[in-house]
Amino acid sequence: MVGPAPQVFPLVSMRQITKVFPGVVANERVDFAVQAGEIHALLGENGAGKTTLMNILYGLYRPDAGEIWVQGRKVEIRSPRDAIALGIGMVHQHFKLVLPHTVAENVALGLPGTPFWAPARAVAQRLRALSERYGLPVDPDRRVWELSAGEQQRVEILKALIRGAQLLILDEPTSVLTPQEAHELFKVLRNMKAKGHGIIFISHKLDEVLEVADRITVLRRGRVVGTVLPGETTKGELARMMVGREVVFQHTKTACPRGAEALRVEGLYARNDRGLWAVKGVSFCLYQGEILGIAGIAGNGQRELVEVLTGLRRAERGKIFLLGQDVTNRSPRFLSDLGCAHVPEERIRLGTVPALPVEENLILKRHHRPPFCRLSFLNLRSVRAFALRAIEGYGIMTPGPRAPAKLLSGGNIQRLILARELSGKPAVVIAAHPTYGLDVGATEQIRQLLLRQRGEGAAVLLVSEDLEEIMALSDRIAVMFRGEIMGIVPAEEACPEEIGLMMAGERGVRIKG
Amino acid sequence: MRRIGPFLLEPRLTPSRPVVFGVSLAAVVAALLVGAIVFWAYGLSPWRAYAAIGRGIFGSWPSFSEVLRRAIPLVLCGVGLTLAFRARFWNIGAEGQLLAGAVAATGVALFLPAPENLRLPLMFLGGFLAGALWGLIPALLRVKLGVNDVISTLMLNYVMVYIVEWLVHGPWKGPTMRGFAYTDAFPLSARLSYLPHTRVHWLTLVVGLVLAGLVSWMLARTRLGYEVRVVGQNPEAARYAGISFIVVLSLVMVLSGGLAGLAGVGEVAGIHGRLRSPAHISMGYGYTAIIVAWLARGSPLAAVFTALLFGLIFAAGDSMKIALGLPFQITGVFNGLILFFLIGFDLLMFWRVRLGPKGKAWIGRVGS
Amino acid sequence: MDWAGWLISTVSRALAFGVPLLWGTLGEIYAERAGVVNLGVEGMMILGAFTAFAVSQSAGRPGLGLLCAALVAGFAALLHAFITVTLRANQYVSGLALSLFGLGLAGLLGRGWEGKPLRNPMPTLTVPGLSRIPVLGPMFFQDQTALTYIGIVLALVLWVLLFRTRFGVVIRSVGESPATADALGINVGLVRYLCVVFGGLLAGVGGGYLSVAYRPSWTEGMTAGMGWIVIALTIFASWDPLQAVFGAFFFGALYHLSYRLQAFLAPELLKLMPYLFAIVVLAVSGFGRARWRRRAPAALGVPYVRGER
Repeated sequence: MVGPAPQVFPLVSMRQITKVFPGVVANERVDFAVQAGEIHALLGENGAGKTTLMNILYGLYRPDAGEIWVQGRKVEIRSPRDAIALGIGMVHQHFKLVLPHTVAENVALGLPGTPFWAPARAVAQRLRALSERYGLPVDPDRRVWELSAGEQQRVEILKALIRGAQLLILDEPTSVLTPQEAHELFKVLRNMKAKGHGIIFISHKLDEVLEVADRITVLRRGRVVGTVLPGETTKGELARMMVGREVVFQHTKTACPRGAEALRVEGLYARNDRGLWAVKGVSFCLYQGEILGIAGIAGNGQRELVEVLTGLRRAERGKIFLLGQDVTNRSPRFLSDLGCAHVPEERIRLGTVPALPVEENLILKRHHRPPFCRLSFLNLRSVRAFALRAIEGYGIMTPGPRAPAKLLSGGNIQRLILARELSGKPAVVIAAHPTYGLDVGATEQIRQLLLRQRGEGAAVLLVSEDLEEIMALSDRIAVMFRGEIMGIVPAEEACPEEIGLMMAGERGVRIKG
Repeated sequence: MRRIGPFLLEPRLTPSRPVVFGVSLAAVVAALLVGAIVFWAYGLSPWRAYAAIGRGIFGSWPSFSEVLRRAIPLVLCGVGLTLAFRARFWNIGAEGQLLAGAVAATGVALFLPAPENLRLPLMFLGGFLAGALWGLIPALLRVKLGVNDVISTLMLNYVMVYIVEWLVHGPWKGPTMRGFAYTDAFPLSARLSYLPHTRVHWLTLVVGLVLAGLVSWMLARTRLGYEVRVVGQNPEAARYAGISFIVVLSLVMVLSGGLAGLAGVGEVAGIHGRLRSPAHISMGYGYTAIIVAWLARGSPLAAVFTALLFGLIFAAGDSMKIALGLPFQITGVFNGLILFFLIGFDLLMFWRVRLGPKGKAWIGRVGS
Repeated sequence: MDWAGWLISTVSRALAFGVPLLWGTLGEIYAERAGVVNLGVEGMMILGAFTAFAVSQSAGRPGLGLLCAALVAGFAALLHAFITVTLRANQYVSGLALSLFGLGLAGLLGRGWEGKPLRNPMPTLTVPGLSRIPVLGPMFFQDQTALTYIGIVLALVLWVLLFRTRFGVVIRSVGESPATADALGINVGLVRYLCVVFGGLLAGVGGGYLSVAYRPSWTEGMTAGMGWIVIALTIFASWDPLQAVFGAFFFGALYHLSYRLQAFLAPELLKLMPYLFAIVVLAVSGFGRARWRRRAPAALGVPYVRGER
């Protein structure tokens, strides 16, 4: 098949799909169709229902209402097996790979037609052929945990293709890629399009969607807002469709005098969970009254850096000075007591205890000090008073201070964490991906809170994948790539191309313009 | 959300207390119904069997007191285990910790030179410390070397059982015992007194009840209790918050083991008056206490009541032996059944059943 | 002192006593490789021991006894699988309940069968030819039952199956990352059921061996905690069937020595050695556990929920 042949029926058509979870309507009467030889982008904010819709198409969820038609026939997709049999393949945002196994073993898993004995070896042949044809180089014998994110993604795509996927669903595929890798991916996708495959591209990034899609459907709060052609729309219009109101792309940031040195890092080295070096010789200074943004694709050592700075990971070499004191490899409690606040990347897993009530979560790191604790006894009255103040002051929507934290939505959990971390008047705030996955209202509030801390003289280290956020909030921007700092530039002088190059491994290149 | 016929099953995030109680009750009832099948398989009419058991237990004050007497070690071990389970430390070693306490008590009773009026308090102290030590070892092994707590506590049970066997057959064998595997009888100052007409050594019971209250209060009102709850509910967050696992788990296991040790003191000072073969000292109290704690769902105060329930089952076992000629092992069967149903029914706590309109999609409220 | 004779008999008895541990461990390895911990091994083994004895005593055929033992233990494992996979209950507690229940039930049913030796125990073999080799002959090829050799061959077969076939890739993937396997259309629940039941079948044979071959009789509690040692051995063997062979026979030697040394040390203190060693073995395994090859299956002990409500 060459080029998008005129189809009588779309490759896949989803009609009036509705899916309800306890307390939230994830998809409401959604109509969505993809033709062969087209890239159809599914755009929306976090929580708009894009992933849910695709999980339904892939058989991981059952819709509460609606129908799915494939190539003109109505079908029931009860499990991924059915979806695969119908030629639907999915590359999830969080890859579904068995890390200790080899590439070939991962591809061979459940693949019909593989022999009983030594399946991996047989698959390796087919894999090499396919990888040639589609321009996705992989080594079948390497263990998956050794591969980079981009390579792992290629394995995921090949897994789908080897099973005969005509329709490929990609969920936020560029979230783990550098700009260059993203361009490579788009080339591969256009190639697949030319071969007649249909592609669904889920994203919340407007630029990408405008660049690569043939059609764009916008979801908001589970409903379809509209379907447009990229040539006939603008970024602003798409943003408005996504969010429902005018979106301001700038934050007002008042000038702020830089104060004394709050945090100094010298030659820091740390390993990741697999024993490889994740942080290699990182050095920087953080001053009071500024926000230092750490930009970079996830997986380049930011997580490990944050863990070392907050006492959750060992620094193998190097030193950390907090307010002039050497705190290298001290415990999290020591750092927290000294005035270092940590807004963690994994809110629910790390930052809260879901089964405990909101008020007990609010005292989590200071539960051992007055006023909450005297002589090992908890002072319940002061805990309650503090909780009520925090709920009011930070706008945490909760049935009450005794409600278990697991009832809170993502935005409110983050508000809880910020209330806890910021109320102690910390000298240093380390915020890792603080607005990830939150709705616009919560995002704006949190950004304002960080700016306010900066205004009050705190030193803020902001780690984020959202380059726009970094550029809007930071006074200085550092870029991390493969565990090293590629360069630190003042925010007013930085431009996205320069940052993008640094994110891809170029050191401190200045581009005029 | 799942639809089965005309019913709609909705997930429920946090079950309320009445729901938890109701489901637990249902589990116990279901187990008893299956137990009726066991009776029937033995050729007994379940009605008659349960009736005979009822008469055996509730027939007189002395026979009912057996329920209390059996419940005493269950209260102590059960409270200790609720504490351990709250910290998500699977202490299967209450049996061994109980025996450790018994050994220490025997040592103090028979061999320690001490003023007579101090003998009992020293026995309790020694028993607590011995149980605490036996509980501390697996805690340290887990934190420092990652040794699985289930296996280490379990293995230590067997180790302590054989230590006791060795003692009563060897160095501590009572010269006055004419070749039986007993130690000498304890002096009077080392014996606990009973409630009249019973074998209820009330002092231990009082200690157990007081400690149940203290542990419950400790969990809610102290820093250690808070840290225990965080460690048990979300170990990652505990680490992030700077809570020291080694301190928390060590203290938890010292208390848990110590409580079981006290139970051991009660058994030798109260019931037997000597150290004898382990199977006679503890009829699986340590293992039964696991179910006592599980049914109490983390509340030390509730453990007092569940301990009574299982005291009842033990007394029923005695009654079944006497009245129906059934072997005592049948209590193991009942206990296992109850535990099975408890965890099996757990799932029910997290679902709600409703009658939903057929066919049409049911759109719920948009939540927070 | 006849050192050669002592060595020969120690190795020979170590093999014999390691058999139930080997069969139990091989089964548990498969269950845990699929991601399910089954602490009910003790209960399954004792039920197997009783069933094997009762059937063999009544029917006069030890082979039939072993078959029935496997089926009974397999059924018990099915219960555990149902509770942990379908009802998604806590795997550790379910296994514990199974053991308590099994021990109680076996004790209950076993009343009246005690004290009578099995009239037709499983025969021991002497491998023709090989048994004539000096030293090694009597060590490995005499006085063993068929189960010893079947057990070793089984370990080999199970290793090949786990690491060199399609089955094995599926099983290991289900244990490492059930979400991945599920997304590729594999029936995670079915794989777990099969592996857990398989573990039960083998545990039943292991338990049955005790009452039908090793010490042909029935005594209450005759497994003496062997099921728990199986759990420790599974970890010690790094979930590898071949390493399980060495682990099982090592412990077999330990058990045997604890009888042999009774002349020198109090018997009770010797009896506690295997249990102490299980802890030591786990403590030692704790070092260097982080390496990928020796890690537990990542999803072990966690009930799999698709995320579907």
